[in-house]
Amino acid sequence: MPEPITQDTPRRRATDARRPASAHALAPPSGTRARHGGATRRGRHIAPWAFLSPAIVLFTLFLAAPIGYSVYLSFRTEKVSGLGLGSGSRQEVWNGVANYVSAVADTEFLASVGRIGLYGLIVVPVMLGSALLFALLLDARRTRARRFGRITIFLPYAVPAVISSLLWGFLYLPAVSPFYWVFDRLGWSVPSLFGPNLVIFAVANIAIWGGIGFNMVVLYTALKSVPSELYEAAELDGASQIGIAWRIKIPIVLPAIIMTFVFSMIATLQVFAEPTTLRPLSNAISTTWTPLMKVYRDAFTRGDLYSAAATSVVIAVATFVLSFGFLRLVQSRAFGQEER
Amino acid sequence: MRLTSGTKAGAVLAATALLAAGCSGSPDDGSEPTGPVELTFWTWAGLGEVVDIWNAENPDIQVVVNEQDGGDPAVTKLLTAIEAGSGAPDIMQAEYQKIPQLVSNDAVADISGLLSEETPGHFADGVWNAVTLGSDAVYAVPQDSGPMQFYYRADIFEKYDLEVPTTWEEYAEVARELHEKDPDKYLGTFSANDAGWFVGLTQQAGASWYGIEGESWSVNIDSPEVRQVAEYWGGLVEEGVIDNKPMYTPEWNQGLNDGTQVGWLSAIWAPGVLNSNAPDTAGKWEMAPMPQWDESAEATGTWGGSATAVTTQSEHPEQAARFIEWLNTDPVAVQALVDVSSLYPADVAGSEDALAEPPEFFSNQEDFYEIAAQTAQTTQPFTYGPNINVAYSAYNDEFAKATEARSADAFVAAVEAMQQITVDDLVNSGFDVAE
Repeated sequence: MPEPITQDTPRRRATDARRPASAHALAPPSGTRARHGGATRRGRHIAPWAFLSPAIVLFTLFLAAPIGYSVYLSFRTEKVSGLGLGSGSRQEVWNGVANYVSAVADTEFLASVGRIGLYGLIVVPVMLGSALLFALLLDARRTRARRFGRITIFLPYAVPAVISSLLWGFLYLPAVSPFYWVFDRLGWSVPSLFGPNLVIFAVANIAIWGGIGFNMVVLYTALKSVPSELYEAAELDGASQIGIAWRIKIPIVLPAIIMTFVFSMIATLQVFAEPTTLRPLSNAISTTWTPLMKVYRDAFTRGDLYSAAATSVVIAVATFVLSFGFLRLVQSRAFGQEER
Repeated sequence: MRLTSGTKAGAVLAATALLAAGCSGSPDDGSEPTGPVELTFWTWAGLGEVVDIWNAENPDIQVVVNEQDGGDPAVTKLLTAIEAGSGAPDIMQAEYQKIPQLVSNDAVADISGLLSEETPGHFADGVWNAVTLGSDAVYAVPQDSGPMQFYYRADIFEKYDLEVPTTWEEYAEVARELHEKDPDKYLGTFSANDAGWFVGLTQQAGASWYGIEGESWSVNIDSPEVRQVAEYWGGLVEEGVIDNKPMYTPEWNQGLNDGTQVGWLSAIWAPGVLNSNAPDTAGKWEMAPMPQWDESAEATGTWGGSATAVTTQSEHPEQAARFIEWLNTDPVAVQALVDVSSLYPADVAGSEDALAEPPEFFSNQEDFYEIAAQTAQTTQPFTYGPNINVAYSAYNDEFAKATEARSADAFVAAVEAMQQITVDDLVNSGFDVAE
C-alpha cells in the first residue's frame, strides 16, 4: 500500500485533475473554495473520508457503539431494595470486575467451554476434511457432473440453521424418525441420539452437514486459481492424481485451508442456533449447553444483562486471542512466501 | 398459612383502595383526548375477533392486536422496550407467574384507580391476589385460569380394564398395571421442559414457592410438599412405568396420536391442545379431577392462565383500563373468550352460561365443565416471586439431568439445587430474603 505514494507522482497528478469534481459532489461546503490554490489539497483530504463515511458511520453505530455499551454494562449491575416492587426499587450501580470474576469462575460456563472444545474437535476436522476432499474431487480432471455436484454439496449451507436443526431433530427422535423405523424393522436397537452421551454428535452432525458446502466452495475456488501448467509439469514427471493433490494442490491452497479453519473455530466458539433449537426435544441439552446459550439465558431468561455482557466480553476476547494467536503461529509457514 | 392471611390482608387493602378510587375516578373528567385513541395490544391468546367486537362498539378507542409468539418471548420484548424507554404496547397479556417480574421491572402500571369497584368481585380471591401481589395496587385484570385435571384415553382404560385413579397411590398402581400389560404404553411422562406444569403439581400438594414476610421474600421450593412430589415422580420414572421424555415434542404428539401416551395431567385448556395435536382421537378422551394426596381435602393446582395489564409506557392508561375491564368482565366479551378464543375465563360466575356445553373435542363428556368448575374451586393458593424466571430455568436444567438419570434421589437433588439457585439469585440482586 505505501509504495504508490513514493513512486507514482505523475499518476497522482493525473488523479488530482479529477479530484475537485468529486470533492464538489460529495462535500459541497468545500466546493466554493475549490478554485483557490491549496483547496485541491483540502479536497484530497476530504474525499477519502467522504467515501469511507458510510462504512464508518455504520461500523460505529452498529458495531463499535454496541460493543462499547456491552463493555460498559459488564462493569455494572442492578441492585434491588427490599421486595423490589414498584418503580424506583431497582438501581443500576458500578460493580467493578465482579461480573468478570463470577463469569470466569462459573462452573456451568466452564462446562460449556469444555463441551464446545469437544464439539470443535469433532466438527472442525470432519467438516474441513470433507470439504477439502470434495473440493479435490470436483477439481480432479475426470470428474463428471461437476456443476451438479458443486450445487448439491453447497445446498445445505443455504438452509438456515434453525430449519436444518428442526429437520434433523425430527430425524433424531426415535418415535417419528424414518431411520429408527428402519432400524426397528431390521431388529437393531440403536440408542437415541438425544441421550446425554451422543447428543454432542447429534449437534455436530448438523453443523458439519451445513458447513461443508461453504468451505468446499472456498477451497474449490482456491484450487481453480492454481495455474494448470503446474499439473502438466507434475504429470510429465509421472505424478499420480493423488500425488498431485497431496504434493501440489494442498500445499498451494494451504492459506485458504487456514482461513476456513479460523472461520470454523470462530463458528465453534459461537455455536448457538442448533442446540437452542434442539433443546426442547431433549433432556440432554441444558440451557447453558454452549457459552453463548449461557449468555442468552443470563440476558433474556434471567434478565441479568450485566453478567451476560461480562461473559460475552470474555468470549469475544477468547475468540480474538485464539484466532490471532493461531494466525501468528502459522503465518510464517503458510504465508511465508508472501512475507519475504 | 402466613400466606393465606397475607392474601386476605392484601385483598382487603385492595378493596379499600378501589373504593377510594371508585369515588374519584370518573371517565368523563374532561381529560378525554380529541379524536379516536389507538391502543396496541400484545397477546397470543387469539383474541382478534373478541377485540373486533370492542372496536365496532367503541369508535373512539380502537385496539390494534399485535400477535405475539408466546409468553416468554413477549415478556423479553416488553422488558427490552421498557429498558429502551419506548416501543412497548399499551396493553399486554401477562401470565400470572410473570406479573411479579413485570412489576419489579416497572413494566406494568398500577391501575387500581382506573377500575370500577365491581371488578374485583368477578374473580376468585386466589386469582385476584395474583394481580395485586397482595398489595393495594392492581397490576392487571385476570383473563383466564388453568385449573388442572387428569385427562385420559377412556377407550384404552376400558381395553385394559383400568380404574380411573382418584389418589396418587392409585395413579402409580394404574401406571404400573398399564405398562405391564403393554410395555409401549405410559400413563404419562415427567417433562423437564414444563416448569409451570411442575408448579401446578406442587401447588396441589400445598406448596407455594415464594412468600412475602414483611419486607422480605422467602423461597420455599425445597419444602416438604415439593420434595414429596419430586420423590413420587422420581420413583415412578426410576421404576420405568412413567416416561421421561419432554412434552410438546413431535415424539410426544405422536404418542398422543398412537395411544402410547394414555394420560395427561393437564389443565382446562387441554382440549384445544389435544384437538390440534391429535385430532383423530376426538371422543376417546375423558377428564377427571386430579388424583389426590389426601382424599378428604380435594385440591388442585393451576397451569397457565393469564391476565391483561396496562404498561407503564401507555399514554392512555384510562382508555386501556376501560378496555381490559370490558374484555375480562363484560358478559359479551366473556362469552366471546369462551366461544372464539376457547379460554376458561377467570370471571367464572360471568361465564357460567357460556360454559354450558362441553368443548367439541369432549362432546362425549356431558359434565365436562361441571367437573371443571368443581375442581377450579379447590385451587390451592400460590405465590410467585420476582425471579420465578430463574427458578423455571433452574427447573429445566436440574430436572433434565434428573429425568435423564432416572432416579428418585436425583429428583430430590434437583429440588435442592433449584432452591439454592433461586435464593442465590435473589440475594445477588439485592432483594431482602428471609432465611
